[in-house]
Amino acid sequence: MATEGQQHPIKIYILIWLLLFVVSFFSYMVDYLEFEGMLRWTLIIIFMFLKAGYIVAVFMHMQWERFALIFGILLPPLALVVLILLMAVEADYANATRVQYMGADPTAVPKSPHH
Amino acid sequence: MSETLDKENILTGTARDWSSDMTTFKGVPWGKAMMWIFLLSDTFIFTCFLTGYMVVRSTTTEPWPVPSEVFALSVGGVAVPLLLIAIMTFVLITSSGTMAMAVNAGYRRNKKLVFWLMAATALLGATFVGMQVFEWSKLILEEGIRPWGYTDDSHLLGNAPQFGAIFFMVTGFHGLHVSIGVAYLLIVATKVLRGKYDHTNLEIVEITGLYWHFVDLVWVFIFAFFYLW
Repeated sequence: MATEGQQHPIKIYILIWLLLFVVSFFSYMVDYLEFEGMLRWTLIIIFMFLKAGYIVAVFMHMQWERFALIFGILLPPLALVVLILLMAVEADYANATRVQYMGADPTAVPKSPHH
Repeated sequence: MSETLDKENILTGTARDWSSDMTTFKGVPWGKAMMWIFLLSDTFIFTCFLTGYMVVRSTTTEPWPVPSEVFALSVGGVAVPLLLIAIMTFVLITSSGTMAMAVNAGYRRNKKLVFWLMAATALLGATFVGMQVFEWSKLILEEGIRPWGYTDDSHLLGNAPQFGAIFFMVTGFHGLHVSIGVAYLLIVATKVLRGKYDHTNLEIVEITGLYWHFVDLVWVFIFAFFYLW
């Protein structure tokens, strides 16, 4: 049969496996060490996309596929980026109107569970 | 399928594949192409859920519960933030590793090894769901979190009531995917062992693997947005 399987050396799977553990550990550390502000969000996003990239590219074999499949699967989600941007703008606006017209207190402190 | 296409310009090659009036995804078994298209649709569903979460969380003017406090687990009287979630994450990554090994064993036609690796993957998946049940029951029984609110005696009362709704919906939908994946893995593993796929290249293992890795992929985003954010 002409259809070749996605046969790759075990070595690369183990490498990615280890990297996923390491990056997950890092992203857990972001919370554990209580990084805040821009540093926190930047690190969370970087580690998230690193892990997602490793999984899709190697475990799901995307990096070895033909471009017809890569484009077919990875381009449509760009529509989602548009959705996220539009909703982020809209949500900010809705929040601002609630604070301005409904007397909500935007500085309220979250209630904590007791442990 | 001709290998020369690989050497061509990316764009002309892609245009030719898509317009060739025959198989578009050359060298890709149809089941795998269909799985990818299903996963693409699932991507849209999960992204819509997560976008809904973003909208709810940024529009509400009531404070959002602090994840590292809500999801803390006390070990010997000391609250360790996100401990259970960290363990769940590592269990899921481990299962992704065993799945990748199963795919590799599949293309080497080592059916026994495929069976055991897929069974191990399913076991890890079931462990994940079990820990999620534990997490949910803690949130429902101890913290008093309900969809659209909190119980009257909950310490979290006064926070945004949408927390429960969006949290249970998204993690529940993901947990359902893991549960279905466990059943799917066990069915395929048994059929592979029984020789039901002997006439094929055993690409079914890779197709099942795509689904399983996708479940892990979704968890990466849930972990970042629900637990760390």
